[in-house]
Formats: sequence, C-alpha cells, structure tokens
Amino acid sequence: MNAITEPGQYLTFRLGAELFAINVSQVREVLDLSHVTKVPTAPAYMRGVVNVRGNAIPVVDLRQKFGLPATADTVNTRIVVLELMLGSELCVLGGLADSVHEVIELEPSQINPPPTLAMRWRSEFIQGMGKRGDQFIILLDINAVFSSDDILLVQDTAAAAKPAAA
Amino acid sequence: MNSPDPSETFLLEAEDLLNQVEETLLEIEERPDDAEAVHRLFRAFHTLKGSGAMFGFSAISDFAHHVETVLDRLRDRTLAISTELVGLVLAARDHLKALLERGKGRHPQLEAKSAELTRKLQALLPDSASALRPVPPSECTTAAAADASGGGSEERGFRIHFRPAPDIATTGLDPASLLAELRTLGACDVAANLGAVPPLEALDPERCYLGWEVLLATCHDLNRVRDVFVFVEDTSELRIEPCSIPVVAPQAREVSTPPPESPDRALAPSSSGAGKSSVVRVPSQKLDHLVSLVGELVINQSRLLQVAAKIDSADLHAPVEALERLVAEMRDSVLGIRMMPIGSTFARFKRLVHDLAPELGKDVELVTEGAETELDKTVLDQIAEPLVHLIRNSIDHGIETPDARVAAGKQRAGVVRLAASHQGSHVVIAIEDDGRGIDADAVRRKAIEKRLIDPAASLSEKDVFALILLPGLSTAKSVTSVSGRGVGMDVVKRQIEALRGTIEISSAIGRGTSIRLTLPLTLAIIEGLLIEVNSDQFVLPMSVVLENVEIDTVREGKLCGQNAVAVRGELVPFLCLRELFRISGERPAHEKVVIVSHNGQRVGLSVDRVLGKHQTVIQSLGRFYQHVEVASGATIMGDGRVALILDVAGLLRAASAERESLLRHRAPSLSSAAAVRRGTELP
Repeated sequence: MNAITEPGQYLTFRLGAELFAINVSQVREVLDLSHVTKVPTAPAYMRGVVNVRGNAIPVVDLRQKFGLPATADTVNTRIVVLELMLGSELCVLGGLADSVHEVIELEPSQINPPPTLAMRWRSEFIQGMGKRGDQFIILLDINAVFSSDDILLVQDTAAAAKPAAA
Repeated sequence: MNSPDPSETFLLEAEDLLNQVEETLLEIEERPDDAEAVHRLFRAFHTLKGSGAMFGFSAISDFAHHVETVLDRLRDRTLAISTELVGLVLAARDHLKALLERGKGRHPQLEAKSAELTRKLQALLPDSASALRPVPPSECTTAAAADASGGGSEERGFRIHFRPAPDIATTGLDPASLLAELRTLGACDVAANLGAVPPLEALDPERCYLGWEVLLATCHDLNRVRDVFVFVEDTSELRIEPCSIPVVAPQAREVSTPPPESPDRALAPSSSGAGKSSVVRVPSQKLDHLVSLVGELVINQSRLLQVAAKIDSADLHAPVEALERLVAEMRDSVLGIRMMPIGSTFARFKRLVHDLAPELGKDVELVTEGAETELDKTVLDQIAEPLVHLIRNSIDHGIETPDARVAAGKQRAGVVRLAASHQGSHVVIAIEDDGRGIDADAVRRKAIEKRLIDPAASLSEKDVFALILLPGLSTAKSVTSVSGRGVGMDVVKRQIEALRGTIEISSAIGRGTSIRLTLPLTLAIIEGLLIEVNSDQFVLPMSVVLENVEIDTVREGKLCGQNAVAVRGELVPFLCLRELFRISGERPAHEKVVIVSHNGQRVGLSVDRVLGKHQTVIQSLGRFYQHVEVASGATIMGDGRVALILDVAGLLRAASAERESLLRHRAPSLSSAAAVRRGTELP
C-alpha cells in the first residue's frame, strides 16, 4: 500500500451505502451494463465475460467480491473497466458498481490514512479515506484487492462485529 | 519504419550463427569426414570474429579468433576431430552466447572463462609455438604465417579476380582494406580494372565501379586467401585460381590494361546472391498484432454476414461473399506466417542428449523424425521446455546403463525417438525410448502410499500411467541432478494443457516408454461448432466433433445412471449441458446431442440447438478464470456477445466431480464404494 503524496483524480462509485473511489489512472472507461456471458463453475463473484471493444473482459461483481449482499442489477449499474498491474502483468477487468458518480480531485491533505481500528474493511486493500462533504470515501488499492484470489474486503465476522459494537 | 540499431542486427545474426554452430558440431561428431560441415563451422566463427570486431564486441571477436585458429587446423586436416575437441568447441559456443548476452563492456568473470577456454583450445594445437601466439592472422608476416596456418612453407601463386558489388560501400566494407589484408599474406601485384567506370555524368559517387586483378605470391593455402573475402564473396565476383609464382613488383601499379568487360555484366548482382531465397526478419510483436487484427477482421466479417443475411439484397451478397473468401484466405496466410517447422528446436535436444548421456554414464542416440512438421510459433516456443524435460526423463529413467542393456539382450546404445507429425488439426509429438519401461504396479503402490489414490480403486493401465503426471509422484529410486524429485511431470502436464494439448503415456516393462503429446496447430483461430442452450451460445472445437443426433427427451434411455443415447446400435453416454451449467429453462422435447471424441471414446453433449460452423477467434479467459476447466477460452460473436469455447476433457471432469459430490451427499458412508465406481465408470 502506497502513501498518497500527490493530488490525484478519483472516480467515485457506490456499492450499497458506501462510497468508494479508484484513481482514474487505473480506470479505462465506464460502460453501461450489457450482456454478460456467464462462465459456469466459476466463483459467484465472477459474473462472467463481456465484450469490450472486441476483447472478452472478465466482469467481477464488486459487491460480492467485497462481501456485501448481492442485489439485482438496476438501470444505474455500471461496468467500470479497470487496468490492474498484477505482478508484472497488465490485466483488464470490469467491476460492477451499483452506480458511478463523478471524478473528484483530492489533495493529499484531504486524504487520511486508513484507520486501523474500528474498521469494517480490511486495511491492506485501502489506500486512504477521503472526504466529500459529510460523506467518507474509501480509496481502494485496486491492485491489492485483485492480487489475492478469493478475498473478501470485509474482515471476518468476529473482527467485523467489534466495530459494530463499538 | 526506423532502421534497427546495427549492433542489434549483429546480436540477432550472431545468435543464429551460434545455433548453426551447435547443429553443425553435432553433425560433425556423427560424420567426422564431412569437410563441408567443417568449413561451415569455420566460416561461422570467422564471421563472428569479423562482425564482432566491426560492431565493437571485442571480447567476442578475440575469443572467436582462438576458436577459429583451432578450426583452421581442422579444416586443413592437421588436427583430427575428437570428442574432446567437439566438447570444447561446444563449450566455446556456449561461452560466446554468454558473452553475447552480456553485450559490450568488461565482465571479469567471463574474461577469466575466456582465458581458460583459450588455454584449453590452444592445448589442442599440435605445435605449441603457434598456439601461444594470440595474434590475428591478418597481422601475420609471411614468414610467421607459414607455420600458423600449417599450410606448409612452400610459396605459391594465386591469380585473383575480384569485383565487389557496386553497392559495397553501403555494407560498410572498404575494398581497400581487403586488398590491404591480401598484402599481409604475401607480395601482391594489384591492378585496378577500370572498364566498368561510366562517363562522368553517369557516375554515382557512392557506387564502386572498380574491379581488381591481383597476382599474389604467398606461402598460405587457398582457404586462407579465400578467407580474406569471406564477407563479400556472396555478393562479389570472385575468382581465385592457383598459378605459377608471379614475380611481383614491390609497388602495386595503379592502372594496368583492363580486360574489356561490359558494364552491365559487372553491375549485375552475382548469381550466388540472387539464388538465395530472401528472408525478412520481423519482430514477433508485429506478427502478433497482425494476427489480432485479422482476428478482429474475422469477427467483423461474420457480423457483416449476419447483416447481409437480414437485408437479403442480391447487390450485397456478391461483395460480402467475395469478402468472406478473401478474409478466409488472409486468415490462413497470416496464420501460416507464424507456422514454423519443429525441426528448428531439434538441435537443442541433440545437444541435450550429447551433454547429458555421458554425464549419466549412458550411451544414447537421439533419432528425430518429422522435423518439417509445422507448428504455431507460440506453441513452438512453449513446447521446448516440456520436451527437454521429457527427453531428460527418458535418458535418466528410461534408458539403462550400457552394461545393463547388454545383459538384457539389447544394443549398448539406447535410442530416444522424437517424432512429430500432423493429425488433422493437431500435431502429435511422440517421445519414445527403448529403455526399461515404467512399472505400473510400482506407480500404483507409490500413489497409494502418497494417498493420491484409494487402495480399493481399480484403474486401467492408462489411468495408472496418468498418475505419473500428478504432483509429488516419482518412482525413481534415487534422486539425481536430473530428475527423481517428483517435480516436473506435473509441470509438463500443466504446460501442455495450457496449450490446449493432451498428454498420454504408454509403457511396457523392459521394452520402453512412449509419451504422446497432442497439440493444436494454432492458438489463434479454430473451426468451431456453434451450439445453443436456452439463449446461451457455446463453441465446440470442430476437431473433436464426430456427429450430431437428435433425441426425444421423453423416451431417452439410461446407462449406469447416466443419460445415454443409441447411435447406430451403440449406446453413447451423454451429458446434459443445461444441467451441468445450471442454465434455466425447460428442456425442449427434441434435444440435439453432439457426439464428440475424447481419448478415443465417444461422448455426447445434449444441447437445445446446433447452429452450425463458426470461425472462432480464440481469446484467453485470463488469469481470473484460470481455474475454470470447462472452457478453454472465449470468442466474440457476430452480434457482439461473448461465447465460451468448451473444453471436452474439462467438461467430463466437472461432470464426474459433480456426480461424486452428489453420491457423497446422499451416502457419506459409501465413500469408498464411490471411489471404486469412480475408477470404472466413465465418461
């Protein structure tokens, strides 16, 4: 996880009640949900593959990947096409978001390190916490999220229960 | 396009030369009196020396010089070919390769190695006096060169007719330096031939219109004289004839009366240059790009075809059909460019056997067949490593020691056969040895011991041998530097499967082992059969499809609890794709069953509809789906949707895993019974 030292532009999107952001340098484009071809026998969070400009791109249901309850797709559901560096390999991957909002600019001073305690999300996947008005924004380290094969962003239930109680 | 860095060109060329050296050396070892091969070898090192110096790779040039000195002795037969010599030159070749990889500059470690190899090379030379003199031959004086070349000290004469190609200057060579080198061999009488010089207004200052007639008195032999012209002889007019010893004037005359010659003949390229087929080097990324462009073209062409069918206009049909033909032809020729003969990798295996067999105290001959069999370059690049492993295995585990072989009534030398051949849209590569074979019982025992199989399981011989491909299983009694650690065969299996290939082992104790690799010809585009379940489309590789039958879903039969369909009196088990993939929707009253072949058996896949042939551009599913066995890739359809390319072997594995988990669920206490059934019951 890299500390953020320069102002950057972030694309914000919503999963359930939470607002997330990914650095725009890793976002190739945002697409409307089109026909996703299911891949049988793959884990449930792997939605399938979709045609992005002539290439078959895997689509990940970010809600399920992050351990949030699955919901039906809506008209607002978008595919965020991401470029990841996994090892030395550049991977292109579509992430399903409930809705995509805007591109915002954040100064390093507007970004706090991820809190290590009382955190619902596993801190190794988070670059920092930004703030926009009253709303906290979780800045994702998207390379780290997809470097491990079968992670859920939510900490296991025992650990997750603690902040809920606090 | 920008022109490549010249030293880059040198590196590429040098690599080719070194590969050629390796091949030639192994040839020479087999047929020591092949003078032509020795000459080729000499030329290769000579070129390395010359162009190495030209591009500033002095370490390479200096070292190649020492090898060349030894080879020169070989060429004039003052030195005999020995295993030691071949081994040493091979080592020198490897060292040059290491030097090439490091590029320019100094590397103390490699320099030490250079010195060591040079010492060993010089030790081979019969008279140490010349061996100790590390001077390039061009600096030899007439007297000193006599013993260095070993050509005897008697002086002889040569008449040399030399007319360089007019564009010699563009190749970076200066004819004057060639003449200067000639002068170091002995006294020369050089006369320029001005017959081809055009009138002033037609004169191109960048072209060389001159030819030279040289009378040379030297104590070197013809080969040494020829070597001066080694870089230009393919493109120049060159005649070297022995003649009586000329009386050479100390100073070369500038002009003599030239023999008349027609200018166009002088300017015509030499026949030897034109006879060679010209080869263009293209970086493989460019080819890959071309292939992916053609892939997109094929996709868009099939989209166009769909649109044209919808519009149904006679005016549109003709050009669309013409385009379809053209695209198909273009696809085939572009894919053809990437096809390379597998023989290009064979030299590597010969070398492997040459090095490995003595190390293991074995006598092994490698026989290769089907070197001309062509494979996609991507496949070829990735197949070399598994093949190396399999050949190592054959030598280490398969072939017995010479004494053991004689005791068993076999020839002392074991034979490893590497044969490639085409079979439909696949290439089959067989690695066979006549060694001790694999003990199926030992493999079984080991597998039980390692808990890889259930002791009660009854497996066919083929299944037992397939266990060798599992990680952690090695029946070698001792671990050698080469093999026996039980890592490897599973890697081989993975690599072959990554290429959508299969691997099959058969063996007979005392008679040998045969491993057959079946690989697809290309990884890019295949002929497929498009099938549909509900509204999901899938592609089956046409190469596995045998036929289609229709079944009445109401009246279908059952075989061992599975679905089965009667095809001309024979019951063929089939899988219901809808059930396996959990696709929603009702089964239609009449299903289609596509019969495919898998490991020589017939298996059916029931689908809703068979839509027909489809040109399938294969795309990888990528690392996120690397654990998915049922599909080997994806393809973009004409309507822009993605269809999966099914993998029959993976489908069958998924189906039997599913059945097993069902059985376990229903009757946990019967798990051992299930294991027995797993072995006998197929698909």
